[in-house]
Amino acid sequence: MEFFITLIQVLDSTVRLATPLLLACLAGLYSERAGIFDIGLEGKMLMAAFFSAAVAAVTGSVWLGLLAGIASSLVLSGLHGLASITFRGNQLISGVAINFLASGLTVLIAQSWFKQGGRTPSLFGGGRFEPITFPFADSLSNVPIIGPIYAELLSGHSILVYVAFLMVPLTWWVLYRTRFGLRLRAVGENPAAVDTAGVSVVGLRFAAVAICGVLCGIAGAYLATALQAGFVKEMTAGRGFIALAALIFAKWRPWHAMGACLLFGLLQAVALRFQNIDLGGVVIPVQVMDALPYILTVVILAGFVGKAIPPRAGGEPYVKER
Amino acid sequence: MEKMPKWADVVLIPLISLLLATILSALVILAIGENPIEAVNLMVTGALGSTYGWGYTLYYATNFMFTGLAVAVAFHARMFNIGGEGQAMLGGLGVAIVCLYVPWPHWSIALLAACAASMIFGAAWAAIPAYLQAKRGSHIVITTIMFNFIAAALLNYMLVNVMRPQGSQDPATARFPEAVHLPTFQSMFSTAENIVFRGAPANISFFVAILACFVVWALIWRTRLGYELRAYGHSETGAVYAGISPVRITIIAMLISGALAGLMATNNVMGEAERLVLNSTEGAGFIGIAVALMGRSHPFGVFLAAILFGFLYQGGAELALWTSIPRELIVVIQALVILFTGALDNMVRMPLEKLFLSLRKEAE
Amino acid sequence: MTVPAIELKGISKAFGPVQANKDISISVAPGTIHGIIGENGAGKSTLMSILYGFYKANKGEIWIKGTKTDIPDSQAAIASGIGMVFQHFKLVENFTVLENIVLGAEDGGLLAPSLSKARKELKDLEEEYELFVDPDKRIDEIGVGMQQRVEILKALYRKAEILILDEPTGVLTPAEADQLFRILDRLRAEGKTIIVITHKLREIMENTDTVSVMRRGQMTATVKTNETSPEELAELMVGRKVLLQVDKVPAQPGKPILEVENLRVFDSAGVERVKGIDLNVRAGEILGIAGVAGNGQSELLEVLGGMRPGQGTIRLNGAPLALSGAGSDGQARRAQHIAHVPEDRQREGLIMDFHAWENVAFGYHRDPAYQRGIFMDNAALRADTEAKIEKFDVRPPDAWLAAKSFSGGNQQKIVVAREIERNPDLLLVGQPTRGVDIGAIEFIHKQIVALRDQGKAILLVSVELEEIFSLSDRIAVMFDGHVMGERLPHETDEKELGLLMAGVAGEAA
Repeated sequence: MEFFITLIQVLDSTVRLATPLLLACLAGLYSERAGIFDIGLEGKMLMAAFFSAAVAAVTGSVWLGLLAGIASSLVLSGLHGLASITFRGNQLISGVAINFLASGLTVLIAQSWFKQGGRTPSLFGGGRFEPITFPFADSLSNVPIIGPIYAELLSGHSILVYVAFLMVPLTWWVLYRTRFGLRLRAVGENPAAVDTAGVSVVGLRFAAVAICGVLCGIAGAYLATALQAGFVKEMTAGRGFIALAALIFAKWRPWHAMGACLLFGLLQAVALRFQNIDLGGVVIPVQVMDALPYILTVVILAGFVGKAIPPRAGGEPYVKER
Repeated sequence: MEKMPKWADVVLIPLISLLLATILSALVILAIGENPIEAVNLMVTGALGSTYGWGYTLYYATNFMFTGLAVAVAFHARMFNIGGEGQAMLGGLGVAIVCLYVPWPHWSIALLAACAASMIFGAAWAAIPAYLQAKRGSHIVITTIMFNFIAAALLNYMLVNVMRPQGSQDPATARFPEAVHLPTFQSMFSTAENIVFRGAPANISFFVAILACFVVWALIWRTRLGYELRAYGHSETGAVYAGISPVRITIIAMLISGALAGLMATNNVMGEAERLVLNSTEGAGFIGIAVALMGRSHPFGVFLAAILFGFLYQGGAELALWTSIPRELIVVIQALVILFTGALDNMVRMPLEKLFLSLRKEAE
Repeated sequence: MTVPAIELKGISKAFGPVQANKDISISVAPGTIHGIIGENGAGKSTLMSILYGFYKANKGEIWIKGTKTDIPDSQAAIASGIGMVFQHFKLVENFTVLENIVLGAEDGGLLAPSLSKARKELKDLEEEYELFVDPDKRIDEIGVGMQQRVEILKALYRKAEILILDEPTGVLTPAEADQLFRILDRLRAEGKTIIVITHKLREIMENTDTVSVMRRGQMTATVKTNETSPEELAELMVGRKVLLQVDKVPAQPGKPILEVENLRVFDSAGVERVKGIDLNVRAGEILGIAGVAGNGQSELLEVLGGMRPGQGTIRLNGAPLALSGAGSDGQARRAQHIAHVPEDRQREGLIMDFHAWENVAFGYHRDPAYQRGIFMDNAALRADTEAKIEKFDVRPPDAWLAAKSFSGGNQQKIVVAREIERNPDLLLVGQPTRGVDIGAIEFIHKQIVALRDQGKAILLVSVELEEIFSLSDRIAVMFDGHVMGERLPHETDEKELGLLMAGVAGEAA
């Protein structure tokens, strides 16, 4: 029974930790499916984390904070679009620049506004997303097995967690069942086909990049206003890159993305809870758990466990051939 | 037909990009309520106004020369090595092992050994992504990013669990023995009556970096290997036609790149900290990207850009000391430089090309 | 006089310093097939891309059915009833036929209704024009002929009244090409207007009603097809009488230099491209390999040039060559005195950003003559380049110019100079005059024949039958990875070779 409770607790924390990964991963999915590589997920999340926390702290409204976070992330998305779509620059370099921009600007502005060493004041009350308790969660919590699963694991998360997980079927539906999805996938595979079919490549790609910005914005806001209570310097801590790893792991497919993010979330949850894990004499140091998502991604990229083939036109600016 | 003269490509465009980055940075400073002109004044006096300032500026520049060259060499083979940070961390591990566990009679021999060790460790850390790119087509950008994180975890493990002296709480190695301490600029250039570079960390590895610039220049433009590397960078199919093995060039280019990044450890670990600490690289691996872009992947350009960034880093530190502007301002400037010289290159280039085209039409 | 389906008035277009179209006017009557013919780089594709809204003209007007129409993008072109089949198909490879047809012409935001409607309409179109395709097959599962049908169907699904086809037969066998023109006939009978861009005179003569000739970005003439002759068109295309035959003395073949036995080549996807062929080339002769592009000729050249592995036996001067692993790369081949003028000079034969003098060493950069200690002897290289530029009349004669700054013909001269001046035992030549102006063609042909006359063996691959006929001493035809047969040029004709190229077996070689 004690094992079961621990398990539920670890899984519960898995869900919390997987949420920002999932949002960022789906964000990357839209962008990369449209042929725009985005290694700037990290920066967009960080920017959104700061602005959501800052606005929530000043106004006391977490919803305004969320909007501010999304807006700030969208600005960076626009920059990425400008560089990689309009000016056909190198998407990877643009992503690197955006990460640094966010890393520097957040601290700079935080220091200028709040003078607390690059952090925002702690959020409380309406400044945070509160957990949502499902009906009967309390009364059911004593029912064996199902009770804790319902009350602990499913109930009691902030609204953004549910939004993140609902985004998975929604993304699948958009991608495979709508006109927009068809065009989005096409523009990432062969933009010339889209162009000659009379659809604007630039418009589609900007749309994809904008969706990416919105989702990264929610991810960042979740970090600062739900998972934690305020912004601290570099609080994304590489999550944008883990999301990127999850995206490759999932081979750019929405349901698989959820699986990959849950797996990486689990790794983080386990590392948080246990530090060094003793497996009958063999001690797995916590650093191994930290590094595992990255190692797994390299293994996947190496093609030892099925080949990860990115969208064919990914990373290449679209130039009408002469 | 060339669209514009070469000087415009190598000098004018980087200068305009730099100007744009400067203007935006000034706006950022204004926006946070400080005076940009005063800030520049402070930075210039702080970084260049004394031998002490220069000692720091050149110390940072040394780091950036190594990582900038690392990125530049990979760029010539059309690869984007974002893994300089991890490779430099591993270089530090190599230096620490050599300095701690071998009793060296004199710093000069130790420096040679440390160079070798840091290059081997850095190259080794680049070897796996290089192999995966060459043999399995795994995108080098993603694998090197992943290897940065893996390197951080590895270093963390080594410092916390293995190399930390007994009784120490600090995740760092013991201090290196006196014999392997490198001569600083202070000890090299001071006379009895005139102490210069007092307390500044610039040390003899600055000259190692300059040597590296020359070696890389000769390698890229004067040797067969450099010829093949550049040819491969311009056209992979062309390389195959000419009998240049893409696998071989990819791996060699990345090994050289990793070795250069690793070499940085002779400066920051051996020359400055004199022990290995967590986060000893302080992001220098990433600054190498900005330096290589700014320097147009040419060793001389890298040299100049590294000095510029050295100035920015030291100046930024001074700013943080005397004003309420935090050091992160430099990260913003660095981001803007990468943005304008790298990603938004066409924004500057396209109007310039048009300008030169119309100038030429008028001349005709 | 009926209103023209399309009228272009004074169209001009420049790409940077290059004037691709200069003051072009043309008028096409409805219900006709109109040919546009011209050499590579004459500006045909650019003109049609302007009509399709892919590029914007700098000057000029487009009139459709008597109405002045602005075509800023492809959307506008489609709305005006124009459809285009590009030379390189614009299909999404991992989408189905149906998805490709629907893309960009969906009704409403949801996919399912669009797809089922398209499926129904597709059936009607298929029956009306006898254009059968399987709507649920993925593009990468069907052949090029089928893919082209998908492109035509895409246009028809968008209610195109005017159909433009850019070099539609480049990737087709003669039989497939005939089928295509039957389809086009049928479309014409239904009242559609068709414009075919090609550089093949035969297609123009056999299939079009009227023809326009383009040369160097200008329209030189528009004539009724039945009132002209291939000779006249050829002259209009190049601007003077063309030497269709290269002056050369009969070959005096010696001992076999190259012997190929049961050669098999697989591409990177594991598809067998060359299926066990036998060939030989003797000293002092030119063996021409004819065939439609994509039938294994490129792979044959690439194996011989050390660019990809193969299986079987290849002997040079009696000694076997390594076909995979160590000793099978381009460096090894060069060391064995095989020189190679590759099919694609821009992607293979030259580094476009390198100076001419760097390119003159390309592939031979490990030659000790170019080394000085551990460094390359750039001065020696430049001296060598100056000599070659002089001998091959490369213009402008500037060793410091980047390869991309030379014209196609002069780029090819640099490659040919580099390879021929090595005095190889065997010269591999792929599409030596693709995208090369007529003056350079003659020069390059002469150089190749001169090498033959020095007793060297030459293997020529070309998709231009004319070139094959004028250079070869012996002709082998490849189809689907097999050698269909060998012929002597004076004992065969285009018709017989065409049948062999289509896979219709003649007598075995």
